[in-house]
Amino acid sequence: MSELPGDLQYTKDHEWLRQEEDGSVTIGITDHAQSALGDLVYVELPEVGQDLQAGGEMAVVESVKAASDVYAPVSGSVLAVNDELADDPERINTDPYEEGWIVRLQPEQGGEHETLTPDEYQTLLDELDG
Amino acid sequence: MGSKTPLYKKHLDAGAKIVDFGGWDMPLHYGSQLDEHHAVRQGAGLFDVSHMTVVDIVGASSRDFLRRLLANDVARLKQTGKALYTCMLNDAGGVIDDLIVYLLAENRYRLIVNAATRVNDLAWIVRHAAGFQVTVEERGELAMLAVQGPDARRLTAENLLDIDRNSLLALKPFSAIEQDNLFVARTGYTGEDGFEIVAAPPAILALWDRLVEADVTPCGLGARDTLRLEAGMNLYGTDMDAATSPLEAGLAWTVAWEPADRNFIGRAAVQTARDTQELQRFVGLLLESKGVLRNHQRVVVEGLADGEITSGGFSPTMQRSIAMARVPAGNFTHAQVEVRKRLLDVRIVKLPFVRNGSVLVE
Repeated sequence: MSELPGDLQYTKDHEWLRQEEDGSVTIGITDHAQSALGDLVYVELPEVGQDLQAGGEMAVVESVKAASDVYAPVSGSVLAVNDELADDPERINTDPYEEGWIVRLQPEQGGEHETLTPDEYQTLLDELDG
Repeated sequence: MGSKTPLYKKHLDAGAKIVDFGGWDMPLHYGSQLDEHHAVRQGAGLFDVSHMTVVDIVGASSRDFLRRLLANDVARLKQTGKALYTCMLNDAGGVIDDLIVYLLAENRYRLIVNAATRVNDLAWIVRHAAGFQVTVEERGELAMLAVQGPDARRLTAENLLDIDRNSLLALKPFSAIEQDNLFVARTGYTGEDGFEIVAAPPAILALWDRLVEADVTPCGLGARDTLRLEAGMNLYGTDMDAATSPLEAGLAWTVAWEPADRNFIGRAAVQTARDTQELQRFVGLLLESKGVLRNHQRVVVEGLADGEITSGGFSPTMQRSIAMARVPAGNFTHAQVEVRKRLLDVRIVKLPFVRNGSVLVE
């Protein structure tokens, strides 16, 4: 059973968002997502400073099995990327909510946040399992 | 719900992630496909391959029948127990399946064919057996394990109690012994040394338990696929199928042209292709940058037609991406592969990439 940190927001595409105190958001993929993908072997990251549209491609995570797109949950500009993933993509498998973070974004002013609460995301996972 | 092997419950108990494979519920991995892969290259891994189809061909004209049915020549099997890798071709020279044939005794052969092709294979074999004095016996009651890796033979010999240990360890590569209903072959699909064992389910279940107890790592189909890709071994349905010539799938070495008067099924077609067509090459690709090559990606060669990746992925042993591909004829050593609308540089290399734990390409 996946363990869901209560202080994060989630998306139906199995991403998580952490609202940082400086107004930025940190984004990664959920434990459910990493488990479904299997061992990760490569992560393609955006450039720092790049502007992303909500719903557009933000990163690509590739496991031994398949490549999967990670979409930007909000529009914004890339403040930082997790460079450690270049040599150690398995961090996403071992610690998806902390060391396995992928991108930090500065959201656009008034950008839309269509996210799920931990409870709502848990309901989604239960439906998938059912 | 697919078919289940006798080991299905063992897989669930070991925490396997189960997937459908050719109608069978099989383990994909038991936690980490990468760990399982490394266990086979460095120690020993254990695979349930009971989904594969075992077919015994028995009877006075079994040799003549198989010399007609198979593109490789079972007349090359001079000693009891010897094995041969071969394709079974259709009349157009396409590959119906690839398989291993073992000589069990005079007038008795064992074929081990793929799971996904079972129905089609059996129909084809039975149809062509008409007119020969043979019986075709599918041995669906048997289960099968593969134990692979540098420590695999020693650990199997220590834990397979029903068979003399020294005769097991004396078994030569691509040979098998059979004792009562227990069959052990020094063959595999990983590029490592090891055994494949066919027996009744109780014996297979007992061996599974003993090997797991001896710290042999259970491995799923995921690791089986990355291991065979590194070993440059074809996967039926992916690297070749009924529309593919063995000559364009890296399998020309399995076609026995001599004696010239042996009229195996598909001979006329592959021989014409060999003599009159410019055949595509089947090669290894090494990605020069980061990223992962995948099946069906386009291979771009300057000035020539496109090629296609048949099997691509990440090599855990080499820590980079590799692939097998069909490319146009020519002496080029570099090409590009289209990965998500970008062209990435690849180097053409000879297969295999890895054999017996060692990387063979620079």
